[in-house]
Amino acid sequence: MLDGGRGPGTAMAMRMVVALAGVLGAERLIPITGAHIDSCLYHGQAGLDFAQRLAGLGAAVAVPTTLNVSSLDLMHPGLVRLPPADAVPARALMDAYRALGARATWTCAPYQLAQRPALGEDIAWAESNAIVFANSVLGARTERYGDFIDICAAITGRVPHAGLHLPEHRVPTLVLDCSALPAALLAEEAVWAALGDVVGRRSGTGIPLLTGIDPAVADEDRLKALGATAASSGGVALFHVAGVTPEAVAAAGDPAWSALPAAAVTTGMLRAARDELSTAGPSAPLDAVALGTPHFSVREFGKLAAALEGRPAFHPGCTVWINTSREVLAQAREAGLVQPAEERGARIVVDTCTYITPILGPEERTVMTPSGKWAWYAPMNLGVDVVFGTLSECLDSACAGKVVRDDGQWN
Amino acid sequence: MTDSGTEGGPADFAGRTLCPGGGSGALLVLSEPLSFWGGTDRKTGLIIDAHHPQHGGSLAGRVLVMAASRGSSSSSSVLAEQIRAGVGPAAVLLTARDAIVALGALAAAELYGTHVPVVLLDAGASSRLGRRNGATATVRAGADGRAGVVLDQAPAAGLPPRSREPA
Repeated sequence: MLDGGRGPGTAMAMRMVVALAGVLGAERLIPITGAHIDSCLYHGQAGLDFAQRLAGLGAAVAVPTTLNVSSLDLMHPGLVRLPPADAVPARALMDAYRALGARATWTCAPYQLAQRPALGEDIAWAESNAIVFANSVLGARTERYGDFIDICAAITGRVPHAGLHLPEHRVPTLVLDCSALPAALLAEEAVWAALGDVVGRRSGTGIPLLTGIDPAVADEDRLKALGATAASSGGVALFHVAGVTPEAVAAAGDPAWSALPAAAVTTGMLRAARDELSTAGPSAPLDAVALGTPHFSVREFGKLAAALEGRPAFHPGCTVWINTSREVLAQAREAGLVQPAEERGARIVVDTCTYITPILGPEERTVMTPSGKWAWYAPMNLGVDVVFGTLSECLDSACAGKVVRDDGQWN
Repeated sequence: MTDSGTEGGPADFAGRTLCPGGGSGALLVLSEPLSFWGGTDRKTGLIIDAHHPQHGGSLAGRVLVMAASRGSSSSSSVLAEQIRAGVGPAAVLLTARDAIVALGALAAAELYGTHVPVVLLDAGASSRLGRRNGATATVRAGADGRAGVVLDQAPAAGLPPRSREPA
Protein backbone atom coordinates (compact mmCIF):
# COMPACT_ATOMS: atom_id res chain seq x y z
CA MET A 1 0.00 0.00 0.00
CA LEU A 2 2.86 2.39 0.83
CA ASP A 3 4.28 2.12 -2.68
CA GLY A 4 1.08 3.38 -4.26
CA GLY A 5 0.02 0.03 -5.70
CA ARG A 6 -3.48 0.71 -4.40
CA GLY A 7 -3.40 4.35 -5.43
CA PRO A 8 -1.91 7.54 -3.98
CA GLY A 9 -4.80 8.08 -1.52
CA THR A 10 -4.30 4.68 0.10
CA ALA A 11 -0.54 5.32 0.16
CA MET A 12 -1.13 8.58 2.07
CA ALA A 13 -3.37 6.79 4.57
CA MET A 14 -0.79 4.03 4.98
CA ARG A 15 1.97 6.58 5.68
CA MET A 16 -0.14 7.84 8.61
CA VAL A 17 -0.83 4.33 9.94
CA VAL A 18 2.85 3.35 9.72
CA ALA A 19 3.85 6.63 11.39
CA LEU A 20 1.43 5.91 14.25
CA ALA A 21 2.95 2.45 14.64
CA GLY A 22 6.30 4.20 15.13
CA VAL A 23 4.82 6.61 17.68
CA LEU A 24 3.32 3.71 19.66
CA GLY A 25 6.35 1.45 19.27
CA ALA A 26 4.32 -1.25 17.49
CA GLU A 27 6.28 -3.79 15.46
CA ARG A 28 3.53 -4.76 13.02
CA LEU A 29 0.08 -3.90 11.71
CA ILE A 30 -3.06 -6.01 12.11
CA PRO A 31 -6.25 -6.14 10.01
CA ILE A 32 -9.52 -4.62 11.27
CA THR A 33 -13.12 -5.56 10.49
CA GLY A 34 -14.69 -2.10 10.75
CA ALA A 35 -14.19 1.56 11.59
CA HIS A 36 -16.09 4.45 13.16
CA ILE A 37 -15.02 7.95 12.14
CA ASP A 38 -15.07 11.05 14.37
CA SER A 39 -13.13 13.27 11.95
CA CYS A 40 -16.42 14.27 10.28
CA LEU A 41 -17.03 16.87 13.02
CA TYR A 42 -15.71 20.22 11.78
CA HIS A 43 -12.77 21.72 13.70
CA GLY A 44 -11.28 23.94 11.00
CA GLN A 45 -9.86 23.94 7.48
CA ALA A 46 -7.14 21.33 8.15
CA GLY A 47 -9.66 18.57 8.82
CA LEU A 48 -11.51 19.40 5.61
CA ASP A 49 -8.26 19.59 3.61
CA PHE A 50 -7.28 16.13 4.90
CA ALA A 51 -10.55 14.45 3.89
CA GLN A 52 -10.68 16.21 0.52
CA ARG A 53 -7.04 15.30 -0.19
CA LEU A 54 -7.76 11.62 0.49
CA ALA A 55 -10.92 11.70 -1.63
CA GLY A 56 -9.20 13.64 -4.40
CA LEU A 57 -6.42 11.03 -4.51
CA GLY A 58 -9.05 8.34 -5.06
CA ALA A 59 -9.01 6.72 -1.62
CA ALA A 60 -12.01 4.74 -0.33
CA VAL A 61 -12.70 2.80 2.85
CA ALA A 62 -11.73 -0.88 2.73
CA VAL A 63 -13.92 -2.01 5.68
CA PRO A 64 -17.52 -1.18 6.75
CA THR A 65 -17.28 2.33 8.17
CA THR A 66 -19.80 4.39 10.17
CA LEU A 67 -19.74 8.16 10.76
CA ASN A 68 -19.97 9.97 14.08
CA VAL A 69 -22.04 13.11 14.66
CA SER A 70 -21.36 16.12 12.46
CA SER A 71 -21.89 19.82 13.20
CA LEU A 72 -25.24 19.93 11.32
CA ASP A 73 -28.70 18.34 11.43
CA LEU A 74 -29.47 17.66 7.78
CA MET A 75 -33.02 16.43 8.54
CA HIS A 76 -34.00 19.64 10.32
CA PRO A 77 -32.47 22.53 8.32
CA GLY A 78 -32.26 25.78 10.25
CA LEU A 79 -32.08 24.06 13.63
CA VAL A 80 -28.32 24.57 13.96
CA ARG A 81 -27.36 28.24 14.33
CA LEU A 82 -23.86 27.98 12.81
CA PRO A 83 -22.73 31.01 10.78
CA PRO A 84 -22.23 30.23 7.06
CA ALA A 85 -18.44 30.56 7.49
CA ASP A 86 -18.59 27.36 9.57
CA ALA A 87 -21.74 25.69 8.20
CA VAL A 88 -20.50 25.60 4.58
CA PRO A 89 -17.18 23.82 5.30
CA ALA A 90 -18.92 21.60 7.90
CA ARG A 91 -21.29 20.42 5.15
CA ALA A 92 -18.38 19.95 2.73
CA LEU A 93 -16.67 17.78 5.36
CA MET A 94 -19.75 15.54 5.61
CA ASP A 95 -19.80 15.23 1.81
CA ALA A 96 -16.09 14.33 1.72
CA TYR A 97 -16.55 11.44 4.16
CA ARG A 98 -19.48 10.09 2.17
CA ALA A 99 -17.32 10.32 -0.96
CA LEU A 100 -14.75 8.15 0.83
CA GLY A 101 -17.39 5.43 1.13
CA ALA A 102 -18.43 5.77 4.79
CA ARG A 103 -22.10 5.25 5.74
CA ALA A 104 -24.08 8.40 6.58
CA THR A 105 -24.99 7.16 10.06
CA TRP A 106 -24.11 10.45 11.84
CA THR A 107 -24.28 8.98 15.32
CA CYS A 108 -22.04 8.81 18.40
CA ALA A 109 -23.73 5.48 19.28
CA PRO A 110 -22.82 3.17 16.36
CA TYR A 111 -23.31 0.26 18.78
CA GLN A 112 -27.07 0.95 18.55
CA LEU A 113 -27.10 0.28 14.79
CA ALA A 114 -28.25 -3.07 13.43
CA GLN A 115 -24.73 -4.21 12.53
CA ARG A 116 -22.11 -4.03 15.24
CA PRO A 117 -18.79 -5.72 16.01
CA ALA A 118 -18.61 -9.00 17.91
CA LEU A 119 -16.51 -10.25 20.81
CA GLY A 120 -12.79 -10.33 19.99
CA GLU A 121 -12.99 -8.41 16.69
CA ASP A 122 -10.25 -5.83 16.08
CA ILE A 123 -11.80 -2.51 14.99
CA ALA A 124 -10.74 1.13 14.71
CA TRP A 125 -13.30 3.29 16.48
CA ALA A 126 -13.07 6.94 17.39
CA GLU A 127 -15.29 8.93 19.82
CA SER A 128 -14.61 8.19 23.49
CA ASN A 129 -18.08 6.87 24.44
CA ALA A 130 -18.17 4.55 21.39
CA ILE A 131 -14.65 3.30 22.15
CA VAL A 132 -15.45 2.45 25.77
CA PHE A 133 -18.75 0.76 24.81
CA ALA A 134 -17.16 -1.33 22.04
CA ASN A 135 -14.32 -2.50 24.29
CA SER A 136 -16.35 -3.05 27.44
CA VAL A 137 -19.87 -4.09 26.46
CA LEU A 138 -19.24 -5.72 23.08
CA GLY A 139 -15.77 -7.09 23.86
CA ALA A 140 -14.45 -5.83 20.53
CA ARG A 141 -10.92 -4.41 20.56
CA THR A 142 -10.09 -0.82 19.72
CA GLU A 143 -7.45 1.66 20.82
CA ARG A 144 -8.44 5.27 21.49
CA TYR A 145 -8.46 6.36 17.85
CA GLY A 146 -9.28 9.91 16.83
CA ASP A 147 -8.96 12.51 14.17
CA PHE A 148 -7.03 11.67 10.97
CA ILE A 149 -6.06 8.12 11.99
CA ASP A 150 -9.67 6.84 12.10
CA ILE A 151 -10.18 7.36 8.36
CA CYS A 152 -6.65 6.18 7.54
CA ALA A 153 -7.34 2.91 9.38
CA ALA A 154 -10.64 2.54 7.48
CA ILE A 155 -8.92 3.10 4.11
CA THR A 156 -6.01 0.73 4.77
CA GLY A 157 -7.97 -1.76 6.90
CA ARG A 158 -4.96 -1.81 9.23
CA VAL A 159 -3.96 -0.52 12.67
CA PRO A 160 -0.76 -0.82 14.73
CA HIS A 161 -0.60 -3.93 16.92
CA ALA A 162 -0.57 -1.96 20.17
CA GLY A 163 -2.56 -0.88 23.20
CA LEU A 164 -6.00 -2.40 23.73
CA HIS A 165 -5.63 -4.70 20.72
CA LEU A 166 -3.30 -6.81 22.91
CA PRO A 167 -5.09 -9.13 25.39
CA GLU A 168 -2.50 -8.45 28.09
CA HIS A 169 -3.44 -4.76 28.03
CA ARG A 170 -7.12 -5.53 28.68
CA VAL A 171 -6.72 -6.98 32.17
CA PRO A 172 -8.21 -4.84 34.97
CA THR A 173 -5.89 -2.63 37.00
CA LEU A 174 -8.21 -1.85 39.93
CA VAL A 175 -11.43 -3.11 41.56
CA LEU A 176 -14.32 -0.81 42.46
CA ASP A 177 -16.68 -2.61 44.84
CA CYS A 178 -20.28 -1.46 44.22
CA SER A 179 -21.97 -3.94 46.59
CA ALA A 180 -23.01 -1.11 48.94
CA LEU A 181 -25.21 0.46 46.21
CA PRO A 182 -28.89 -0.60 46.54
CA ALA A 183 -30.35 -2.24 43.41
CA ALA A 184 -33.27 0.23 43.51
CA LEU A 185 -30.81 3.12 43.22
CA LEU A 186 -29.39 1.58 40.05
CA ALA A 187 -32.79 1.72 38.33
CA GLU A 188 -31.99 5.19 36.92
CA GLU A 189 -29.57 5.85 34.00
CA ALA A 190 -28.43 9.09 35.65
CA VAL A 191 -27.26 7.13 38.70
CA TRP A 192 -25.11 5.04 36.35
CA ALA A 193 -23.76 8.28 34.86
CA ALA A 194 -22.88 9.47 38.38
CA LEU A 195 -21.23 6.09 38.97
CA GLY A 196 -19.31 6.66 35.71
CA ASP A 197 -18.09 10.01 37.03
CA VAL A 198 -16.76 8.29 40.16
CA VAL A 199 -15.23 5.47 38.07
CA GLY A 200 -13.52 7.95 35.72
CA ARG A 201 -12.04 10.01 38.54
CA ARG A 202 -10.83 6.88 40.37
CA SER A 203 -9.47 5.10 37.30
CA GLY A 204 -7.84 7.82 35.18
CA THR A 205 -6.67 5.86 32.13
CA GLY A 206 -6.65 2.55 34.06
CA ILE A 207 -9.01 -0.38 33.56
CA PRO A 208 -11.55 -0.74 36.39
CA LEU A 209 -13.38 -3.94 37.33
CA LEU A 210 -16.73 -3.15 38.96
CA THR A 211 -17.96 -5.83 41.34
CA GLY A 212 -21.12 -6.32 43.39
CA ILE A 213 -23.62 -5.22 40.70
CA ASP A 214 -26.69 -7.40 40.13
CA PRO A 215 -26.48 -8.45 36.43
CA ALA A 216 -30.27 -8.10 36.18
CA VAL A 217 -30.08 -4.28 36.54
CA ALA A 218 -27.27 -3.71 34.00
CA ASP A 219 -28.84 -3.02 30.59
CA GLU A 220 -27.01 -1.45 27.64
CA ASP A 221 -28.44 2.04 28.23
CA ARG A 222 -27.03 2.03 31.74
CA LEU A 223 -23.65 0.68 30.66
CA LYS A 224 -23.66 3.37 27.95
CA ALA A 225 -24.24 6.09 30.59
CA LEU A 226 -21.51 4.63 32.82
CA GLY A 227 -18.92 4.44 30.05
CA ALA A 228 -19.66 7.82 28.47
CA THR A 229 -19.23 9.62 31.78
CA ALA A 230 -16.15 7.61 32.80
CA ALA A 231 -14.59 8.56 29.46
CA SER A 232 -15.36 12.23 30.19
CA SER A 233 -14.23 12.52 33.82
CA GLY A 234 -11.28 10.17 33.22
CA GLY A 235 -9.68 8.58 30.21
CA VAL A 236 -11.43 5.22 30.60
CA ALA A 237 -11.45 3.24 27.32
CA LEU A 238 -12.33 -0.14 28.84
CA PHE A 239 -14.16 -1.22 31.99
CA HIS A 240 -15.35 -4.59 33.17
CA VAL A 241 -18.42 -5.45 35.27
CA ALA A 242 -18.22 -8.81 37.05
CA GLY A 243 -20.91 -11.18 35.81
CA VAL A 244 -22.04 -8.71 33.12
CA THR A 245 -19.47 -7.68 30.48
CA PRO A 246 -18.20 -10.48 28.22
CA GLU A 247 -14.52 -10.47 29.15
CA ALA A 248 -15.36 -10.38 32.86
CA VAL A 249 -17.70 -13.34 32.45
CA ALA A 250 -15.02 -15.28 30.54
CA ALA A 251 -12.32 -14.39 33.10
CA ALA A 252 -14.20 -15.65 36.17
CA GLY A 253 -11.58 -17.36 38.33
CA ASP A 254 -8.60 -16.06 36.29
CA PRO A 255 -5.75 -15.34 38.76
CA ALA A 256 -4.63 -12.31 36.70
CA TRP A 257 -7.97 -10.74 37.66
CA SER A 258 -7.47 -11.08 41.41
CA ALA A 259 -5.29 -9.37 44.03
CA LEU A 260 -5.92 -5.95 42.49
CA PRO A 261 -6.02 -2.69 44.46
CA ALA A 262 -9.63 -2.20 45.55
CA ALA A 263 -11.88 0.62 46.74
CA ALA A 264 -15.55 0.76 47.70
CA VAL A 265 -18.13 2.98 45.97
CA THR A 266 -20.79 4.45 48.28
CA THR A 267 -24.15 6.13 47.77
CA GLY A 268 -22.59 9.28 49.21
CA MET A 269 -19.99 9.28 46.43
CA LEU A 270 -22.77 9.14 43.82
CA ARG A 271 -24.57 12.09 45.46
CA ALA A 272 -21.28 14.02 45.52
CA ALA A 273 -20.79 13.24 41.82
CA ARG A 274 -24.34 14.44 41.11
CA ASP A 275 -23.55 17.75 42.83
CA GLU A 276 -20.17 18.11 41.11
CA LEU A 277 -21.85 17.61 37.73
CA SER A 278 -24.23 20.51 38.49
CA THR A 279 -23.22 24.16 38.11
CA ALA A 280 -26.61 25.68 39.03
CA GLY A 281 -28.46 25.44 42.33
CA PRO A 282 -31.53 23.29 42.96
CA SER A 283 -33.96 26.24 42.91
CA ALA A 284 -32.89 27.61 39.52
CA PRO A 285 -35.50 28.52 36.89
CA LEU A 286 -35.19 26.03 34.04
CA ASP A 287 -34.94 26.87 30.32
CA ALA A 288 -34.27 23.49 28.74
CA VAL A 289 -33.76 19.74 29.27
CA ALA A 290 -31.13 17.84 27.25
CA LEU A 291 -31.70 14.12 26.62
CA GLY A 292 -29.87 11.71 24.35
CA THR A 293 -26.13 12.23 24.99
CA PRO A 294 -24.94 9.73 23.82
CA HIS A 295 -27.74 9.37 21.25
CA PHE A 296 -31.04 7.98 22.55
CA SER A 297 -31.75 4.30 21.86
CA VAL A 298 -35.10 2.81 20.84
CA ARG A 299 -35.32 1.36 24.36
CA GLU A 300 -34.73 4.81 25.87
CA PHE A 301 -37.55 6.27 23.74
CA GLY A 302 -39.70 3.48 25.20
CA LYS A 303 -38.65 4.31 28.76
CA LEU A 304 -39.37 8.00 28.08
CA ALA A 305 -42.82 7.26 26.62
CA ALA A 306 -43.68 5.16 29.69
CA ALA A 307 -42.45 7.87 32.06
CA LEU A 308 -44.60 10.49 30.27
CA GLU A 309 -47.86 8.61 30.82
CA GLY A 310 -50.09 10.76 33.02
CA ARG A 311 -47.78 13.77 32.78
CA PRO A 312 -48.98 17.10 31.30
CA ALA A 313 -47.31 19.02 28.43
CA PHE A 314 -43.89 20.50 29.10
CA HIS A 315 -43.82 24.08 30.41
CA PRO A 316 -43.76 26.52 27.44
CA GLY A 317 -40.63 28.18 28.84
CA CYS A 318 -38.69 24.91 28.94
CA THR A 319 -37.65 23.12 25.74
CA VAL A 320 -36.94 19.38 25.94
CA TRP A 321 -34.26 18.42 23.39
CA ILE A 322 -33.70 14.77 22.41
CA ASN A 323 -30.61 13.79 20.38
CA THR A 324 -30.72 10.53 18.44
CA SER A 325 -29.70 8.95 15.15
CA ARG A 326 -31.85 8.82 12.02
CA GLU A 327 -31.92 5.03 12.16
CA VAL A 328 -33.09 4.88 15.79
CA LEU A 329 -35.58 7.71 15.21
CA ALA A 330 -37.20 5.83 12.31
CA GLN A 331 -37.52 2.65 14.38
CA ALA A 332 -38.85 4.47 17.46
CA ARG A 333 -41.34 6.45 15.39
CA GLU A 334 -42.53 3.27 13.72
CA ALA A 335 -43.13 1.80 17.18
CA GLY A 336 -45.05 4.91 18.30
CA LEU A 337 -42.46 5.73 21.00
CA VAL A 338 -41.52 9.27 19.85
CA GLN A 339 -45.00 10.83 19.66
CA PRO A 340 -45.68 11.08 23.45
CA ALA A 341 -42.64 13.34 23.84
CA GLU A 342 -43.35 15.38 20.70
CA GLU A 343 -46.99 15.90 21.73
CA ARG A 344 -45.72 17.45 24.95
CA GLY A 345 -43.40 19.82 23.07
CA ALA A 346 -40.11 17.93 22.79
CA ARG A 347 -37.76 18.79 19.91
CA ILE A 348 -35.82 16.04 18.11
CA VAL A 349 -32.23 16.53 16.91
CA VAL A 350 -30.46 14.05 14.61
CA ASP A 351 -27.00 13.85 12.96
CA THR A 352 -25.44 16.02 15.67
CA CYS A 353 -25.77 16.81 19.39
CA THR A 354 -26.88 19.78 21.47
CA TYR A 355 -23.55 20.10 23.32
CA ILE A 356 -21.21 20.42 20.32
CA THR A 357 -22.96 22.85 17.97
CA PRO A 358 -25.17 25.92 18.52
CA ILE A 359 -28.78 24.69 18.71
CA LEU A 360 -30.00 26.07 22.02
CA GLY A 361 -31.22 29.67 21.84
CA PRO A 362 -29.54 32.55 23.69
CA GLU A 363 -32.38 32.50 26.23
CA GLU A 364 -31.65 28.88 27.19
CA ARG A 365 -29.18 29.50 30.01
CA THR A 366 -29.98 26.82 32.60
CA VAL A 367 -30.33 23.26 31.35
CA MET A 368 -31.15 20.03 33.18
CA THR A 369 -29.84 16.69 31.97
CA PRO A 370 -29.53 13.05 33.07
CA SER A 371 -26.39 12.79 30.88
CA GLY A 372 -23.06 12.91 32.68
CA LYS A 373 -21.30 13.64 29.41
CA TRP A 374 -23.58 16.58 28.57
CA ALA A 375 -23.15 17.92 32.11
CA TRP A 376 -19.38 17.56 31.83
CA TYR A 377 -18.89 19.40 28.49
CA ALA A 378 -21.82 21.78 27.92
CA PRO A 379 -20.82 24.45 30.47
CA MET A 380 -17.43 24.75 28.70
CA ASN A 381 -18.74 24.45 25.12
CA LEU A 382 -21.94 26.49 25.40
CA GLY A 383 -21.46 28.62 28.50
CA VAL A 384 -24.71 27.31 30.03
CA ASP A 385 -25.41 26.31 33.62
CA VAL A 386 -26.28 22.66 34.19
CA VAL A 387 -28.38 20.77 36.71
CA PHE A 388 -27.70 17.04 36.65
CA GLY A 389 -30.61 14.76 37.65
CA THR A 390 -32.53 11.59 36.88
CA LEU A 391 -34.91 11.32 33.93
CA SER A 392 -37.96 11.62 36.19
CA GLU A 393 -36.45 14.67 37.94
CA CYS A 394 -35.84 16.17 34.47
CA LEU A 395 -39.44 15.47 33.37
CA ASP A 396 -40.95 16.84 36.61
CA SER A 397 -38.81 19.93 36.13
CA ALA A 398 -39.68 20.30 32.43
CA CYS A 399 -43.39 20.26 33.30
CA ALA A 400 -42.94 22.72 36.18
CA GLY A 401 -40.57 25.07 34.35
CA LYS A 402 -38.20 25.00 37.30
CA VAL A 403 -35.83 22.52 38.88
CA VAL A 404 -37.65 19.85 40.90
CA ARG A 405 -35.48 17.49 42.93
CA ASP A 406 -36.42 14.04 44.25
CA ASP A 407 -33.74 13.16 46.77
CA GLY A 408 -35.43 9.81 47.31
CA GLN A 409 -33.89 8.69 44.00
CA TRP A 410 -30.39 9.37 45.29
CA ASN A 411 -30.50 7.46 48.60
CA MET B 1 25.50 13.96 25.36
CA THR B 2 24.45 12.02 22.32
CA ASP B 3 24.91 13.31 18.82
CA SER B 4 21.55 14.14 17.27
CA GLY B 5 22.57 12.66 13.96
CA THR B 6 21.60 15.84 12.16
CA GLU B 7 23.53 18.93 11.17
CA GLY B 8 24.41 21.39 13.90
CA GLY B 9 26.69 19.28 16.08
CA PRO B 10 25.98 17.62 19.36
CA ALA B 11 22.53 18.00 20.87
CA ASP B 12 22.14 19.22 24.42
CA PHE B 13 19.30 16.74 24.83
CA ALA B 14 18.77 13.58 22.79
CA GLY B 15 15.31 12.16 22.16
CA ARG B 16 13.26 9.97 19.83
CA THR B 17 11.38 11.25 16.81
CA LEU B 18 7.60 10.92 16.97
CA CYS B 19 7.12 13.26 13.98
CA PRO B 20 10.13 14.29 11.87
CA GLY B 21 10.95 17.94 11.29
CA GLY B 22 12.88 20.93 12.52
CA GLY B 23 12.03 24.14 14.29
CA SER B 24 13.23 26.67 16.83
CA GLY B 25 11.71 29.13 19.24
CA ALA B 26 11.43 30.10 22.86
CA LEU B 27 10.62 27.27 25.24
CA LEU B 28 7.10 27.31 26.66
CA VAL B 29 7.03 24.88 29.56
CA LEU B 30 3.52 23.65 30.41
CA SER B 31 3.21 22.64 34.03
CA GLU B 32 0.04 20.61 33.37
CA PRO B 33 -1.26 18.56 30.40
CA LEU B 34 -3.22 20.61 27.87
CA SER B 35 -6.21 19.72 25.67
CA PHE B 36 -5.74 21.55 22.36
CA TRP B 37 -9.49 21.07 21.74
CA GLY B 38 -11.38 23.30 24.13
CA GLY B 39 -8.15 24.42 25.81
CA THR B 40 -6.63 26.45 22.98
CA ASP B 41 -8.05 28.78 20.33
CA ARG B 42 -7.73 27.18 16.91
CA LYS B 43 -7.50 30.57 15.18
CA THR B 44 -4.96 32.30 17.45
CA GLY B 45 -3.02 29.56 19.25
CA LEU B 46 -3.80 31.14 22.63
CA ILE B 47 -4.30 28.93 25.70
CA ILE B 48 -7.92 29.62 26.67
CA ASP B 49 -8.43 26.91 29.33
CA ALA B 50 -9.16 29.09 32.35
CA HIS B 51 -8.01 26.32 34.71
CA HIS B 52 -4.62 25.88 33.02
CA PRO B 53 -1.60 27.44 34.76
CA GLN B 54 -0.35 28.89 31.44
CA HIS B 55 -3.79 30.36 30.56
CA GLY B 56 -3.33 33.39 28.29
CA GLY B 57 -0.01 32.22 26.85
CA SER B 58 0.46 31.70 23.13
CA LEU B 59 1.63 28.50 21.44
CA ALA B 60 2.58 30.35 18.26
CA GLY B 61 6.21 29.83 17.34
CA ARG B 62 7.11 28.33 20.73
CA VAL B 63 8.87 25.08 21.54
CA LEU B 64 6.29 23.42 23.77
CA VAL B 65 7.52 21.26 26.63
CA MET B 66 4.75 19.10 28.10
CA ALA B 67 4.26 15.64 29.55
CA ALA B 68 1.35 14.81 27.25
CA SER B 69 -1.89 16.22 25.93
CA ARG B 70 -5.16 15.60 27.70
CA GLY B 71 -8.71 14.76 26.75
CA SER B 72 -10.38 14.76 23.37
CA SER B 73 -8.84 13.20 20.26
CA SER B 74 -10.27 16.23 18.40
CA SER B 75 -7.08 17.90 19.65
CA SER B 76 -5.26 16.40 16.63
CA SER B 77 -7.44 18.49 14.29
CA VAL B 78 -7.00 21.64 16.34
CA LEU B 79 -3.20 21.30 16.36
CA ALA B 80 -3.10 20.65 12.60
CA GLU B 81 -5.34 23.68 12.03
CA GLN B 82 -3.07 25.90 14.16
CA ILE B 83 -0.02 24.71 12.19
CA ARG B 84 -1.87 25.45 8.93
CA ALA B 85 -2.84 28.92 10.13
CA GLY B 86 0.72 29.72 11.28
CA VAL B 87 -0.22 29.98 14.95
CA GLY B 88 0.95 26.53 16.03
CA PRO B 89 4.04 25.63 18.04
CA ALA B 90 7.47 25.47 16.34
CA ALA B 91 8.13 22.09 18.01
CA VAL B 92 6.64 19.87 20.72
CA LEU B 93 8.72 17.99 23.31
CA LEU B 94 6.85 15.26 25.22
CA THR B 95 7.61 12.63 27.85
CA ALA B 96 4.81 10.28 26.71
CA ARG B 97 4.16 8.61 23.34
CA ASP B 98 1.21 10.90 22.75
CA ALA B 99 -0.55 9.80 19.55
CA ILE B 100 -2.95 12.77 19.56
CA VAL B 101 -0.17 15.38 19.35
CA ALA B 102 1.90 13.32 16.90
CA LEU B 103 -1.05 12.76 14.53
CA GLY B 104 -1.86 16.48 14.42
CA ALA B 105 1.73 17.26 13.40
CA LEU B 106 1.90 14.30 10.98
CA ALA B 107 -1.31 15.41 9.24
CA ALA B 108 -0.07 18.98 8.88
CA ALA B 109 3.21 17.70 7.42
CA GLU B 110 1.30 15.50 4.96
CA LEU B 111 -1.04 18.32 3.90
CA TYR B 112 1.07 21.46 3.96
CA GLY B 113 4.69 20.29 4.01
CA THR B 114 5.13 22.09 7.34
CA HIS B 115 7.26 19.71 9.41
CA VAL B 116 6.74 20.61 13.07
CA PRO B 117 8.90 18.14 15.01
CA VAL B 118 7.41 16.12 17.84
CA VAL B 119 10.03 14.53 20.08
CA LEU B 120 9.90 12.04 22.94
CA LEU B 121 12.27 12.96 25.79
CA ASP B 122 13.05 11.07 28.97
CA ALA B 123 11.74 12.56 32.19
CA GLY B 124 15.16 13.81 33.27
CA ALA B 125 15.75 15.79 30.09
CA SER B 126 12.26 17.21 30.23
CA SER B 127 12.74 18.26 33.84
CA ARG B 128 16.04 20.02 33.03
CA LEU B 129 14.42 21.78 30.05
CA GLY B 130 11.53 22.72 32.30
CA ARG B 131 13.88 24.98 34.24
CA ARG B 132 14.80 26.95 31.08
CA ASN B 133 11.39 28.38 30.24
CA GLY B 134 11.80 31.21 27.71
CA ALA B 135 15.25 30.11 26.47
CA THR B 136 15.61 29.65 22.73
CA ALA B 137 15.73 26.01 21.62
CA THR B 138 16.38 24.43 18.24
CA VAL B 139 14.79 21.02 17.66
CA ARG B 140 15.73 18.55 14.93
CA ALA B 141 13.88 15.25 14.62
CA GLY B 142 15.23 12.93 11.96
CA ALA B 143 13.26 10.39 9.98
CA ASP B 144 15.73 7.77 11.31
CA GLY B 145 14.17 8.16 14.76
CA ARG B 146 16.99 10.20 16.30
CA ALA B 147 16.14 13.66 17.59
CA GLY B 148 17.92 16.39 19.51
CA VAL B 149 17.34 19.71 21.21
CA VAL B 150 20.03 22.43 21.33
CA LEU B 151 19.63 25.35 23.71
CA ASP B 152 20.90 28.78 22.78
CA GLN B 153 23.42 29.60 25.51
CA ALA B 154 22.86 33.35 25.19
CA PRO B 155 20.23 34.88 27.46
CA ALA B 156 16.84 34.94 25.82
CA ALA B 157 17.03 38.65 25.01
CA GLY B 158 14.52 40.37 22.79
CA LEU B 159 11.65 38.06 23.61
CA PRO B 160 8.32 39.72 24.17
CA PRO B 161 7.39 39.74 27.84
CA ARG B 162 5.09 36.88 28.88
CA SER B 163 3.64 38.19 32.05
CA ARG B 164 1.73 35.04 33.00
CA GLU B 165 4.78 32.80 32.92
CA PRO B 166 7.29 32.26 35.70
CA ALA B 167 10.58 34.08 35.16
